[in-house]
Amino acid sequence: MNAQRLRGLIRKEFLQILRDPSAIAIAFIMPVLLLLLFGYGVSLDAHHVAVAVVVDQPTGETSAFIGGLQQSPYFTPKIYPDIAAARRAVMARQADGILWLRSNFSRQVRNDQTASVGVLVNGVDANNARILEGYLQGVWQTWLQLRAQAAGTALIIPVVPQDRIWFNPALRSRDYLVPGLIAVIMTLIGALLTALVVAREWERGTMEALMASPVTMGEILLGKLIPYFIMGMGGMALSVAMAVWLFAVPLEGSLWALTLASALFLLVALGMGLLISTLAKNQFVAAQVAIIVTFLPAFILSGFIFDIQSMPQAIQVITHIVAARYFVSILQTIFLAGDVWPVILSNAGALLIMAVLFLGITWRKSRKRLD
Amino acid sequence: MLARIWALVIKEFLALLRDKKSRLVLIGPPLIQLVVFGYAATFDLNHIPYAVYNEDPGFASRELLGRFTGSSAFRQVATIRNEGQIAPLIDQEKALLVLHIGPHFTRDLLLRHPAQVQVIIDGRNSNTATLALNYVNSVLIAFDQHWAAEHGWGRPPAQLDIRAWFNPNLLSRWFIVPGIVALLTLVVTLLVTGLSVAREREMGTFDQLLVTPMRPGEILLGKSLPGFIIGGLEGSFIALMAVLWFHVPFVGSIAALALGLFFFLLAAIGIGLMISSLAVTQQQGLLGVFLFLVPAIILSGFATPIANMPSLVQDLTTLNPMRYFLVIVRGVFLEGDGILDLWSQYWPLALIGISSMAAATWLFRHRMQ
Repeated sequence: MNAQRLRGLIRKEFLQILRDPSAIAIAFIMPVLLLLLFGYGVSLDAHHVAVAVVVDQPTGETSAFIGGLQQSPYFTPKIYPDIAAARRAVMARQADGILWLRSNFSRQVRNDQTASVGVLVNGVDANNARILEGYLQGVWQTWLQLRAQAAGTALIIPVVPQDRIWFNPALRSRDYLVPGLIAVIMTLIGALLTALVVAREWERGTMEALMASPVTMGEILLGKLIPYFIMGMGGMALSVAMAVWLFAVPLEGSLWALTLASALFLLVALGMGLLISTLAKNQFVAAQVAIIVTFLPAFILSGFIFDIQSMPQAIQVITHIVAARYFVSILQTIFLAGDVWPVILSNAGALLIMAVLFLGITWRKSRKRLD
Repeated sequence: MLARIWALVIKEFLALLRDKKSRLVLIGPPLIQLVVFGYAATFDLNHIPYAVYNEDPGFASRELLGRFTGSSAFRQVATIRNEGQIAPLIDQEKALLVLHIGPHFTRDLLLRHPAQVQVIIDGRNSNTATLALNYVNSVLIAFDQHWAAEHGWGRPPAQLDIRAWFNPNLLSRWFIVPGIVALLTLVVTLLVTGLSVAREREMGTFDQLLVTPMRPGEILLGKSLPGFIIGGLEGSFIALMAVLWFHVPFVGSIAALALGLFFFLLAAIGIGLMISSLAVTQQQGLLGVFLFLVPAIILSGFATPIANMPSLVQDLTTLNPMRYFLVIVRGVFLEGDGILDLWSQYWPLALIGISSMAAATWLFRHRMQ
């Protein structure tokens, strides 16, 4: 390894980056743009859910029940004259569900006969439907409580759950989605930065020129890795700054643990790009592979949005080859829970193995040879 | 003219499929991803890992806990004896929640005092936490009703009778798998079209194309047909797999889906060719594909509802072809929609398709000089 030669290669790479500024756009503009868009856009918190309300016979009892719905920030109730009209509204996707108080509701409530409140939800979006059900159960329980208080009797619910939510007491989905988004975005950036740089040299014939010079293959690879690593860390710093200052995600853990984990992850992401590039030797194929192996696996298999523990066993095994999985876990923990070393170290260990593997295979596969 | 376009289509297919690696990339991964993602992408919670901290010696707490061990949604991973054991379990993600029952649980219930169960839950993933709390809540409600009836506490004045349309068991797979049809169709189409012009430009074969008697419109038509054929075939195959492999019900009209797929491909190819004509190098083309693909998927309603987005972002999604196609696919699969029900989705898709094609042609011409 010769420091002067390496410096020369790095300088050459930077010049190339400046000439086609798409690499600068990838490292600095892409994270800002995507995080801005997704940080605001991706949310699992349903607010103002449109609920069609049908009251067959309005009385004091029914308005007390509906009142809970109107006061809740989760709902935008809309009154429909009859159940047929409400059904049409759900069919036309104007409402996500129906709450139906039948004509005998008030009589049954007054006579302690347990009235049945009809709830119909559009089940197409099952997750949203479940959340809606939970909210409606909350409205019902509040109503029971208020009624008992008004009557001066104790509540007739035997067991009352008392929830203690750690790390994210308000259950703001943004607090866990933003760290996950950073992992997804950094996966893309890492691969985009390096996926084409080796294939490009092969395709343009400049690789042969490099080989004719005294530089070693290790120097060529380091000369590719170092400039993009610096740029990637810059993009990462921007993302973290946005998460903390723009999206107000709490950062419970330490900055140096975050920096170390990010550096490790970036090595994996860049290493994967270099490996794709080295194996494909052709920019077109390298680009296609990069699109397929980076974004969708990082989006779906990383635990960023779909819980890994709920996947079938065989799929859980597959998720272990997705580097973003480890980074999502580290980021969510460092941001929301703090420096929980067992979680951070085990995931960082997996990242280290992947980095060594990707960079090692790349180094072995790129001999100074023309064939 | 037809013969010229036909020759170009053949040339495009050869350029795409001649290389063994490229052939593998276009056919293998989408099918593997369909199966893996189809199983992986679920919001339903199974085997929620929980720990029990029971200080109550009585029978009521045993009866309550029995309801959790009996449910397939929960999986007990630990029984703990003191307060200090709670934090390590939750911190290290060994348990998602801890059920803490105080020492007077049974006594309180027998004295007709409301008894409390403390649920300590890991809120790092707030969606999982919300759903798990809902699951715990429904177990408690069932226990309450049983207890109240058995011990003469009287019945509640009203009860919710919840039913779900179109997806009675609320399986999120029925929602996600049709979405994957749209997702993979979009990815394949962009793979085929997104880099095709940039590649010719970088390799210098673009100039050769220009000296042929073909008009720019014809060249673009020749470049878009492979996308239509490959995207259409893979899209239809994935839709078929959704029914045959994942057993998602298909209650709507096939014609409505086919029409939607046609307009969706038109829009995707138009956008792909637009990116491709704009890019000078393949690196720029790749960047362009990502800059469109990633927001188009994340902000489509595939995983998180559009209704939850702020109104500015919601307005932006009206430009996203995937958004309309998702409504079409899910409507046809689950809600039994026909062509007339989906009119409001077809016309924006067609509009995006036609205008992006026109823009691609314009860019293609202007970038020639």
